[in-house]
Amino acid sequence: MSDLLRLGLHDLHVELGGKMVPFAGYEMPVQYPAGVMKEHLHTRAAAGLFDVSHMGQVILRPKAGMAALVAAFEALMPVDVAGLAEGRQRYGLFTNEAGGVLDDLMFANRGDHLFVVVNAGRKRHDIPHMTRHLSAVAEVVEVTDRALLALQGPRAEAALARLEPGVAAMRFMDVAVFGDLWVSRSGYTGEDGYEISVPMARAEGFARSLLAMAEVMPIGLGARDSLRLEAGLCLYGHELDETISPVEAGLTWAIQKSRRQGGVREGSFPGAARILRELADGPARRRVGLSPEGRAPMRDGTVLFDGEGAVGTVTSGGFGPSVEAPVAMAYVPSALSTPGTRLEGEVRGKRLPVTIVEMPFFSTSYKR
Amino acid sequence: MKYTKEHEWLRVEGDLVVVGITEHAATQLGDVVFVELPETETQVAEGDEISVIESVKAASDILAPVDGEIVAVNEKLSDSPSLVNEDPTGAGWFFKMKIDDLSVLDQFMNEDEYNDLIG
Repeated sequence: MSDLLRLGLHDLHVELGGKMVPFAGYEMPVQYPAGVMKEHLHTRAAAGLFDVSHMGQVILRPKAGMAALVAAFEALMPVDVAGLAEGRQRYGLFTNEAGGVLDDLMFANRGDHLFVVVNAGRKRHDIPHMTRHLSAVAEVVEVTDRALLALQGPRAEAALARLEPGVAAMRFMDVAVFGDLWVSRSGYTGEDGYEISVPMARAEGFARSLLAMAEVMPIGLGARDSLRLEAGLCLYGHELDETISPVEAGLTWAIQKSRRQGGVREGSFPGAARILRELADGPARRRVGLSPEGRAPMRDGTVLFDGEGAVGTVTSGGFGPSVEAPVAMAYVPSALSTPGTRLEGEVRGKRLPVTIVEMPFFSTSYKR
Repeated sequence: MKYTKEHEWLRVEGDLVVVGITEHAATQLGDVVFVELPETETQVAEGDEISVIESVKAASDILAPVDGEIVAVNEKLSDSPSLVNEDPTGAGWFFKMKIDDLSVLDQFMNEDEYNDLIG
């Protein structure tokens, strides 16, 4: 794994028994000795600590006022940036001229600048993309001297509040600074929790303080994937790519009224023609949740049939430890996307029954 | 007990051979969530992919270790695939085979040789 980058907390992961695998150019812990199943269930029952330092942390610092930066950033996404209050974070999507998704991201209004977190596998694309489009109005600075940790689960608040009592008052998608910690109340598991940017110099001590607490267990990428899958959350490269529109992906909640037809800043984002048309008329295909019958998982790439022809493909699938059954996501024609529709998925040459269901598979518990 | 380089164990029980996967293999696979077993009363040839084991991470094939007939499968794995992790060499067995000549098992590793392999 010599060409792979190492996380700042690499030695801690190894000490904890993490099984290191290549992911997005990094050596990442896919699981610890407890295993994916226990790590998943522990996160839903107590609190799990994830090292997501492979993700891109970027500061957009305005050169001549926030308004110009906000306008330029908004021109890259079908998302309301101007309406985001200071101290709040929002989900965003960079789109291309064809209305596909270049990446999904989180961005926060931190008063005198924006803080952006992008996917590890896309940061080498996103950072030049932002630099190209924003450099007239902002400095685009990748933050490389900070770890990014996520603490997720119903006991996350109690655990983190022992170190920083102020975090208890935060609401879902609030951001706040506590000393040198940059904290957001958000995550990628469907649970309440926090994402914490911490200076690398003290990241290990901070992580050890959390891991010393009875309710906190280290969680690898395996459980991160099963948790987000149960929560019905998209993974770039699976449910999102440059050909899939946000409307097809069911992310219309991320497109605020101000950017839609009749909105005060309607359109004027890449791919607006397709995205506004799909908002009005409906997309040709839609992302759906799938519940395969029996116990056999239907994994990424499984082809779906409606009796005769192929109608779609599974984009993510596996076993949902909390659902205690296999779960999957796929794209199917809109006409077949109604919950209750029965299809078949071909697994090892056999066509197995599968039903389209509402997502999330597991009810989320964000602290609104 | 004999071992294959595909990390299966074989145990002679009367005139039958019981087959499962080793503890090392079960640990490497992670939590097993689904096992697809072969049909009984079928003839299989060495190397045939006759069974599939799915963990939370991935699917793996289980190969027939020798030529023979599948005479029994562990139905308990259908409802409790986690037996493969909990007791891989006992309650987590996969299938029983009838083979013509038990001496073909001599080609496989003994415990010490297998332990050297997984080092």
